[in-house]
Amino acid sequence: MTEPVVDMRGISVEFPGVKALQEVDFRLFPGEVHALMGENGAGKSTLIKALTGVHPLAAGQVSYAGESVSFTAPAEAQAAGISTVYQEVNLCGNLTVAENILLGREPRKFGRIDGKRMRARAAELLARIGLHIDPGSVLESHPIAVQQLVAIARAVAVDARVLVLDEPTSSLDADEVAELFRIIRVLRDEGVAVLFVTHFLEQVYEISDRITVLRNGQLVAEHSTAALSRIDLVSAMLGREMGLLEEIERRSGTPGQAFLVAEGVGRKGSVAPFDLEVRSGEVVGLAGLLGSGRTEVARLLFGADKADSGRILVDGKPLKLTGPRAAIEAGVAFSSEDRKAEGIVADLSVRDNLILAMQAARGWARPVPRKLADELVAKYIELLDIRPADPDRAVGNLSGGNQQKVLLARWLVTEPKLLILDEPTRGIDVGAKAQIQKVVADLAAEGMAVLFISAELEEVVRVSDRVVVMRDRHKVAELDGDVGVDDVMALIAGGGDHGLDKDVEKAVVS
Amino acid sequence: MKNRLLWPVLALVALLVLNVVVTPSFFSLRLQDGHLYGSLIDILRNGAPTLLIALGMTLVIATRGIDLSVGAVAAIAGAVTCTYIASGGDAWTGMGLALVLCGVLGLWNGFLVSVLGIQPIIATLVLMTAGRGIAMLITEGQIVTVDSPTFREVGAGFVVLPIAILISLAVLGLVALVTRRTALGLLIESVGVNPSASRLAGVRARTIIWTVYVFAALCAAVAGLMISSNVSAADANNAGLWIEMDAILAVVIGGTSLAGGRYSLTGTLLGALIIQTLTTTVYTIGIAPEITLVFKAVVVIAVCLMQAPVRIRVRGVRGKQGVPA
Repeated sequence: MTEPVVDMRGISVEFPGVKALQEVDFRLFPGEVHALMGENGAGKSTLIKALTGVHPLAAGQVSYAGESVSFTAPAEAQAAGISTVYQEVNLCGNLTVAENILLGREPRKFGRIDGKRMRARAAELLARIGLHIDPGSVLESHPIAVQQLVAIARAVAVDARVLVLDEPTSSLDADEVAELFRIIRVLRDEGVAVLFVTHFLEQVYEISDRITVLRNGQLVAEHSTAALSRIDLVSAMLGREMGLLEEIERRSGTPGQAFLVAEGVGRKGSVAPFDLEVRSGEVVGLAGLLGSGRTEVARLLFGADKADSGRILVDGKPLKLTGPRAAIEAGVAFSSEDRKAEGIVADLSVRDNLILAMQAARGWARPVPRKLADELVAKYIELLDIRPADPDRAVGNLSGGNQQKVLLARWLVTEPKLLILDEPTRGIDVGAKAQIQKVVADLAAEGMAVLFISAELEEVVRVSDRVVVMRDRHKVAELDGDVGVDDVMALIAGGGDHGLDKDVEKAVVS
Repeated sequence: MKNRLLWPVLALVALLVLNVVVTPSFFSLRLQDGHLYGSLIDILRNGAPTLLIALGMTLVIATRGIDLSVGAVAAIAGAVTCTYIASGGDAWTGMGLALVLCGVLGLWNGFLVSVLGIQPIIATLVLMTAGRGIAMLITEGQIVTVDSPTFREVGAGFVVLPIAILISLAVLGLVALVTRRTALGLLIESVGVNPSASRLAGVRARTIIWTVYVFAALCAAVAGLMISSNVSAADANNAGLWIEMDAILAVVIGGTSLAGGRYSLTGTLLGALIIQTLTTTVYTIGIAPEITLVFKAVVVIAVCLMQAPVRIRVRGVRGKQGVPA
């Protein structure tokens, strides 16, 4: 085999309090399409940013074209021939296609930009990737997909030897993806090394030659695509932490009445209509890959997003979900997967964060009495083992796990009847994870209905009485009782090479 | 909190000391006909409108917003009242009318920001420019002078202290009481720090944002009444001109971040006092009028820089951690 164009060895990247990457090795060969896979927080973006000089390395070494390099800024990496195209189009919509492609390196004549040569050069670059549009047209006048391709033309304008595509297909439809892949193949055949990040398994198997899987900042596997089955890929991405956590006690009692029933609830472009029932005293797990619709289901049930079909019954009565407040009044609580953006109010204290939902429900004129607030804070700091046990500390200064506990407490003080937890254990340490799982089990035992979403199948299977599986924005299955991780994994991978077990097939409801 | 107010306090003290050095009688107060006079009283009285507007601005800024229209709203309040009185109306009714109209203008601002989702700086720019025009229409382009003893009391009257001071301090006390003894302050800060998290926690973010813009407009209305009452005239062009900038400055000097979130009413009080003391100082130490603005600018830059080092230091520490081991 030829020499790798990029060879990263023992790469570690640290952020305050977090090891984002731990001793990861990564190789990229000329003329290959290499898929970088992993769930959220696995370290994919961090690895790309370590390569392009956005993040400084805590340890490890990067070789590029046989020489040891350490880029300190993306511009340096780009000048050396490593170009990156991000998920969002990072171009200026108000400029022409040619101006965008050559922005910052316009051909000049007597110090002034030479428009004619610029358009000619742009046309040349567009022709190289087989895109036939007028270089003089305004970028905004083209659909997003074409803009994405223009971004690629810009990326290869510097004679890139490495092209990094960070989720380039998330906003494209099937035809547009096909066009993108055609261009990727053209570049690959010219000897460009393409690093491709996506969450769509289909696309990985269609375009990539090799796959590297990351999980929790560590390298799990590097395989040729042909040698890695879908199920093994999913298994590598989701991981198995068997025996790491104590088995959660299974309750023997039977669940109570259906608390929330969703009938044909869906939202165009978000998740296909689905039926779902959550009974009091049971934990329903929602499993699926990122982008499978698992988060969207939760948001629709809480009214964070508005459903455009179906209806929701709470306690047998139809609920008009006009927004989160309506859901909260009906006894539904929702903790978002995005702890920073949609969970904590970072500058406010632990106390203020903890009583926020309760206070919002009471209205501004009836403040939660200080004494009650202090009692609640003291109670939950002890119950959930929130550290440091300082109610006045700004919640932004707590670790991720403790922030998550504060958010859990925020809802528990409102005594909800249905608690929706979207990835409550993501990015937190094992100890806090086990504590949160235990609390969830205890809450269900006390009669609360819980909808539990997690990227980790082990976890979903461990805490749930029932598991609902999502794939490609559709609900594909509902598994009762003692399901195994393998059953769920087979369903998530779907249409793959390993057919479903007969038993599992029987359990498929929809 | 205490730390944040350290530099504004020092700046204010420094300005006062400078004044005493130049004018030894600066701190002296005298009682005449039951009215208290003195330089300090003048500072408080002249600063009353700025303080009032800055109080409204503090809450707006705490929700990540800004209200540029307050100066124009103040001019409208004066125009409405004076025109009404000049046409033979009762002063109280005139002031009531002004408050109602300005409340409506606040609703308009709040509607643009919270319902239509227009950026606050743009949304309130509409009324900042259009508002002067409305005031001109009301006064028909004239400076309307009035002779109403009742109206004159608002800006120039005394109950031992000038009534303008009493009104401003009463509003300050009221805002402090209402936001800190109820949950309003917490909810405002929560919306300012993280609007989406607040919404998901069930906070009525829209209502809260709407409320603070109405409150800011009402503060501006009262300030406008003071300004116009003080001279017994409504000047649509010049009443409250640039006062929005002074108010924003007062809030920022007081340590409330333009990024929203935690706010300090005490800080705003200090900020307003610093700005007014500065203006007075310029006169007492006899700085030539042509360099007045430059002098003001220098002091303001100094105060802002003194508040800044905390952030510079934080960034420095982070930078060091970022260096590869």
